Amino acid sequence: MECVFGLVGDGFALVAADSSAVNSILVHKSNEDKIMILDSHKLLGASGEAGDRVQFTEYIQKNVHLYEFRNGIPLSTAAAANFTRGELAQALRKSPYSVNILLAGYDKDIGPSLYYIDYIATLHKVDKGAFGYGSFFSLSMMDRHYHSGMSLKEAVDLVDKCIVEIRTRLVVSPPNFVIKIVDKDGAREYAWRETIKDAEVPTA
Amino acid sequence: MRPSWRMRTACGRRAGDTLFDSRLALGNFPSTFEIKRVGSNSVEAFEKLKLLSRATLAFIFKEGVIVAADSRASMGGYISSQSVKKIIEINPYMLGTMAGGAADCQFWHRNLGIKCRLHELANKRRISVTGASKLLSNILYSYRGMGLSVGTMIAGWDEKGPGLYYVDSEGGRLKGTRFSVGSGSPYAYGVLDNGYRFDMTVEEAAELARRAIYHATFRDGASGGVASVYYVGPDGWKKMSGDDVGELHYKYYPVVPTPIEQEMVDAPAA
Repeated sequence: MECVFGLVGDGFALVAADSSAVNSILVHKSNEDKIMILDSHKLLGASGEAGDRVQFTEYIQKNVHLYEFRNGIPLSTAAAANFTRGELAQALRKSPYSVNILLAGYDKDIGPSLYYIDYIATLHKVDKGAFGYGSFFSLSMMDRHYHSGMSLKEAVDLVDKCIVEIRTRLVVSPPNFVIKIVDKDGAREYAWRETIKDAEVPTA
Repeated sequence: MRPSWRMRTACGRRAGDTLFDSRLALGNFPSTFEIKRVGSNSVEAFEKLKLLSRATLAFIFKEGVIVAADSRASMGGYISSQSVKKIIEINPYMLGTMAGGAADCQFWHRNLGIKCRLHELANKRRISVTGASKLLSNILYSYRGMGLSVGTMIAGWDEKGPGLYYVDSEGGRLKGTRFSVGSGSPYAYGVLDNGYRFDMTVEEAAELARRAIYHATFRDGASGGVASVYYVGPDGWKKMSGDDVGELHYKYYPVVPTPIEQEMVDAPAA
């Protein structure tokens, strides 16, 4: 039931993910953030088994930071994607991680890029990608309406179209989605698309 | 059709799979593994039984954290105990709830308590709830696939205020404001979600928790016994109440004498 999808636009990349944490029929949480900000200009949207998802993405994040501390410059998006794929491949024949990843990043010289990394360590550089049951609906929507060099407004409209389609057609569709963006100004949260708002807990 | 995650877990983690074969060949693991493989059917059956007996809940509100649980332990259709302590005191300001395998929960909570105390001694300050739950989560993650059964909530009060985390033996860890775990949890969630407000007094919150546990024990056969409610505030935890759910039933729904509509009387003698 987990949905992660993303696309590359004109000078930016968007990643959207659902935000339910589910255990068989119970929804424990509807505002779980599954898109990790890897470093200043990289996003890692992950879906998969609960423990694996958090542990593996945190492991990648810490290693990316370590490289930056040791060498004084951050990893490029392609390098980070290949490192991630390498770790998945190493673990595959021992104790595999069940995590699917969409890695989006912005490099000054290349611009925005999106990498599709499967749980069996497939790696592809793509313009648009999706994982989970939601992919059955969002992939064709993106195939139909996507063109290279979309403006931010067009891209967000397309993401919203996909979310609406998932909500309409997926039998146990997630109520809330989070959208994050990465562009020359960095990686940050763009918006939430919520239908169920949890009771507000005012932060101290 | 992409395989669902549940299938993948079932394929990759059950005893007797090729993954286990290669692990045994490496010789890194103790021989208890072989016992698991031999009795793999009974392990699966036992795992199904173990998970079926809990109603525990915890939530954060304005004054702190409320933690509540029932006290029944069941093995299939047999109630083995009505007085199990499911709320474990990790240290004077942190509580853990027990769901899943009793031995696993008790052992690992005690182990967590030890690690928290060592952290205090090494760093001259109390460990945060975030830190404690991450310690436990990392330990449980490293035992993934080996049959541990733990579904616990770590609740406490640290420098940042009240904290609540859900940690399970799958390796999952969730930060949240309201959780309920166990076979009775869907019933408890309904009452809890409906009656929850952030700004409740301690008594109101304790009553909400008590009510939610009672309703879970009413509908779920595997939950029952005594509903214990604890409160965690800035000075540490305090046990609020421990009420037998049978008695709570009559308190919430007292027997009302039904008005007699028609009374049978003898026919007048002819």
